[in-house]
Amino acid sequence: MEFRVDRQLAFLAVVNVAVLAAGGVLVGASFLDIYNLQSMAGQVPELGLLALGVMLAMISGNGGIDLSGIALANLSGVIAYLVLRDTVSPDDAPLMFSWSFAGIALLVGLVGGILNGFLIARAGLTPIIATLGTQLFFTGLAVAFTNGSALGLGFIEPLDAFGNTPVLGVPLCFALFLMIALILGIVLRYSPFGLRLLLLGNNAKAARYAGIAEKRILFLTYTACGVLASVAGIVIAARTSSVKWDYGNSYVLIAILIAVMAGVRPEGGYGRVICVVLSATSLQILSSLFNFMDISNFFRDLAWGVLLLVFLATSGFDAKAWFRALRG
Amino acid sequence: MTDTTFNGATPDGNDKVSLGSAWRWLLRHPPVVTFALIVLVCLVVGTINTDFWQVSNLFDILRASVVRGLFALGVLVVLASGGIDVSFTAIAAFVMYTVTMLVTNLLPGLPMPVILLVAAAGGACFGALNGVLVHALRAPSLIVTIGTQYVICSFLLTFVGTALFMNIPGSMEAFGKVALFTHQSANGSISVLPAFVLVLAVAAVVTWWILERTLIGRAVYAVGGNPGIAERLGYNLRTVHIFVFAYAGLLAGIAGVMHVASNRLANPFDLAGTELEIIAAVVLGGARITGGSGSVIGTLLGVVLITLVSNVLILVGIPSTWQLAIIGVFIVLAGTVFSLRAKR
Repeated sequence: MEFRVDRQLAFLAVVNVAVLAAGGVLVGASFLDIYNLQSMAGQVPELGLLALGVMLAMISGNGGIDLSGIALANLSGVIAYLVLRDTVSPDDAPLMFSWSFAGIALLVGLVGGILNGFLIARAGLTPIIATLGTQLFFTGLAVAFTNGSALGLGFIEPLDAFGNTPVLGVPLCFALFLMIALILGIVLRYSPFGLRLLLLGNNAKAARYAGIAEKRILFLTYTACGVLASVAGIVIAARTSSVKWDYGNSYVLIAILIAVMAGVRPEGGYGRVICVVLSATSLQILSSLFNFMDISNFFRDLAWGVLLLVFLATSGFDAKAWFRALRG
Repeated sequence: MTDTTFNGATPDGNDKVSLGSAWRWLLRHPPVVTFALIVLVCLVVGTINTDFWQVSNLFDILRASVVRGLFALGVLVVLASGGIDVSFTAIAAFVMYTVTMLVTNLLPGLPMPVILLVAAAGGACFGALNGVLVHALRAPSLIVTIGTQYVICSFLLTFVGTALFMNIPGSMEAFGKVALFTHQSANGSISVLPAFVLVLAVAAVVTWWILERTLIGRAVYAVGGNPGIAERLGYNLRTVHIFVFAYAGLLAGIAGVMHVASNRLANPFDLAGTELEIIAAVVLGGARITGGSGSVIGTLLGVVLITLVSNVLILVGIPSTWQLAIIGVFIVLAGTVFSLRAKR
């Protein structure tokens, strides 16, 4: 297994170190101690998983994007809790409750992903319209089921441990995130599916002539996005011990920001999982730094917006240089 | 024989050929589908709850359509050019709040036409910035405008203010109160159709004129249909990009002021988050998100449909919490129907 270190990867590694160092200087040593590192790592998965979904959708090309991620994540948590509330008592059978919670949430994510996949691959909707519609639909269902209020799960030991307890120094949900990222990375890089997905995103026409089953690939891609979103939903429920319809209302932006910052091409055909992971960690460190410095949420959103435009600008610049090199 | 069917009766007895051709005709005329949906919703709601058939209800729907309609006309022009804009609500919120603030604090006597001009110019500047960014960054307009949406909205909340303006300038309040038509119902209650619905009417006519009767309108559809060919035909992509986003921004600025005038307060948290239902309305009106199509009349019908759905659910006993889910279903269904049309 060879491992390329390209410019994007080196850049993201430097950004991670730089933001950590900035935190060490601005906040003090407490920013770099094990507790803070663990707490930051625990916060990465929810956004990281959504960003991986956005990456997959973007790679598939043709304006591919998944705007429904956080909506589906919240909906899976809401449905899983509502189903279990009256059937399994979390006090008597906490382990059973946690596993069924995860199972139902994953099922909801699968169904939601299949819906997106069907609309985009079979019904031929553009990804923007399809996921915009399902975003409203998923959010709307979550609002309707909860009457618009947050539902507290209470303390459920196994679920809480998954969200907040480190094992061997690594928070469990972060370990799961890394594992999912690793699997996804291997699939993208070494499996026929990954190769076909990248080809499809690079040049849909050529892929079609090469006999690649475009519809099946798109369907699988958006289904995977749905499943990733529901894993994010489980992590959110475990970490916050509650489910609500409007959790993470700026996550659509941040997930796209993470993907764009990781060098995923919005036009499709290119994206590396390791870069998305590093991009997610660097943004999380930055966000924690803002926390320590008591910077308001509004200003944080401003920073994310500016960063998104800046990274779009720099990736656009690279593309131009690349074209020039190609011609000359 | 089709000429034996009565006017208004459902052609159940028709053979498959004419059903098929009717279906094809409908797909070529998306506004008809939208209109049929409106009639259907009205009939269903009106049958379940006869309170629906009231002039005051009609006035409410028209009044609520003004801000949405102004937004939607801007989105229509952007969609027709093959782009998408999600930052218009942020632009509107920024413009309405800063303009209200400036007029209240510095120039309380400013007349309404000047306020409207300032708002339109401010909105157009933000929109032009969108256009420049979309063109210069060569990135999908969705991603660019998500970025500018957050920048504009958070800049407003971080640096301009978060407090409500309860006392809006007198000229704006007076403008919101001017009645176009007053109706007194049988039980003595008075309902008023505000004159600012005319602003939407003017904007609709102007947008129709730009899209159908001017060179830039041709350019918008041409670029939306196929940017590569349009560029080779001599259309300037940069001009079109800047124009469509600036026009959407201009309408958003006006919509922001209309929002203040009709609600009699300026809340910086208002409007944000409504962009999806506006895009839904335009798509329901038959505009394809891939560009090159869409009509003013379809867009207005889409707006009426969305407003109808948000206003009348309560009347038929559906809790308002279901509103979002239903709008979501509408987008998906309309998108599917119109994508089938595209395949033909």
